Amino acid sequence: MTASPVVAQAAGLFLAFIARLITGAQGHWLGCPPKAEQRIYFANHQSHLDWVLIWAALPRELRAMTRPIAAKDYWTSSPFKQWLTSAVFNAVYVNRQRTDDQDPLEPLVDALNNGDSLVIFPEGTRSNKGEPQAFKSGLFHLAEQFPQVQLIPAWIDNVQRVMPKGEVVPVPILCSVTFGEPLQLQAGEDKRAFLERARDAVVALRPHAG
Amino acid sequence: MSSLKSLSAEQQVALLFVILFGALALVTGIAFATSLRDQRPDLDAQDRHDRFKRDLRAVWISAVVFWLAWVSGPLGATLLFGVFSFLAFREFVTLMHTRRSDHRSLLLAFFAVLPLQYALVGSRAFDLFSVFIPVYVFLAIPVVSAFAGDPTRFLERNAKIQWGIMVCIFGLSHAPALLLLEFPGVHGRGAFLVFFLVVTAATAQIVQEAQTRSLRRNPVARQISRSFSWRAWFVGTLAAAVVGTLLHWITPFKAPQALAMAFIAAGAGTLGEFVMKALKRDAGVQHWGNAAAVTGAVGLLDRVAPLCFAAPVFFHSVRWYFKLNP
Repeated sequence: MTASPVVAQAAGLFLAFIARLITGAQGHWLGCPPKAEQRIYFANHQSHLDWVLIWAALPRELRAMTRPIAAKDYWTSSPFKQWLTSAVFNAVYVNRQRTDDQDPLEPLVDALNNGDSLVIFPEGTRSNKGEPQAFKSGLFHLAEQFPQVQLIPAWIDNVQRVMPKGEVVPVPILCSVTFGEPLQLQAGEDKRAFLERARDAVVALRPHAG
Repeated sequence: MSSLKSLSAEQQVALLFVILFGALALVTGIAFATSLRDQRPDLDAQDRHDRFKRDLRAVWISAVVFWLAWVSGPLGATLLFGVFSFLAFREFVTLMHTRRSDHRSLLLAFFAVLPLQYALVGSRAFDLFSVFIPVYVFLAIPVVSAFAGDPTRFLERNAKIQWGIMVCIFGLSHAPALLLLEFPGVHGRGAFLVFFLVVTAATAQIVQEAQTRSLRRNPVARQISRSFSWRAWFVGTLAAAVVGTLLHWITPFKAPQALAMAFIAAGAGTLGEFVMKALKRDAGVQHWGNAAAVTGAVGLLDRVAPLCFAAPVFFHSVRWYFKLNP
């Protein structure tokens, strides 16, 4: 499948348009302005649409340099999936199976060294209970290695209503993505404390938290 | 007036829009000039000014929408209002807290009922158009919902969806229907009917608003609206009826007919808005497009709500009274 970059770009614009038509994909920048700085956005994970929603909520200039993480075995299993993740979204592929000789974070580290921004879902899996699960440690290691990269918490709201588990067609319901204040790894802060703080920062962005 | 009559319907409608946009430009120009001169940092005046600016922008947008609807013909008008229906229904559903098991019913409403209803409008199938949602969809939604196999709050959930469909799809689809309604002998003047409807409904709303401020009556239902009183409603609707009578020459109505039709349309619009207020209180929001709310909605529903209620009542009154059969 050798589609030209123009097709990929058009597909990207089309997908963003569809996402906005269905969900509004409203971005609320509460804690930081949308700026072309190197960032790691981390958010709650409830649906397959989460990435598309964050992506559509970003201003168009930021989309090209902001990359999602995709599971290599699943997202390269067909030419279309491969094209979608690599040409349209420019995803960073990771292996889900842990091998002894490779650090699973290596592709992410490479991307960050490259100057790209990342969107990660530190829960690792989708939760549909409303409360996010405990964060996995990847975020901590990235924060440790890249202290100059801003860590932006984000809360994606309402998306589980758009496409509940097991359904394939999304229902048009308005969603929003709230971006919070950048987080910093404190000197000497231990892993558990940092991950809990990061999770609290995401939960605090939930509208009507109370 | 006689030279006006000699123009074709097409030219009259064009003239209508020229006057409308001219008046709007004038008002905007004056507002801009006064805002340049007035430097007093008065909070109350500032608030009033902001509200006025917002309303003026809304009027501009709706004027442009109606112009587009007229210019683009039956197909364009149908598509345009179809999009508005979609956006309004999206907003409605967002705030109505549907459950997971409503998914299929909502899909049916969004992707089958909405396009079909507007296809019926576009093809002028007014008989089927009038009964499609109240009769067929009324059954289809609960059937699909029952097959989802979730009995929890079944009636409530279905009522919410049915309501949304009635207001946002059925009600709003009557606006393009008015554009396409054919009066014998006056071809292509549907735009005047829509204009008549919008002007009278807006007049009623504005006068009612002004009246509640000067009258300071006890509200009828304090829990729902702190401003609604029967006196203000009646004055507003009466003012709309007067304005409608003055406008009768642009419609197929005679003066007394225009008075009655304007009264009906304006009354339905303002009462409809009152009902929407109750719905909003129930959903726990101030405005449909509350900026602090989850949705980031634009508040379209607030703008179109009076039209959603006024348009069907007006449409069917006209159609029944004049015995119009397409």
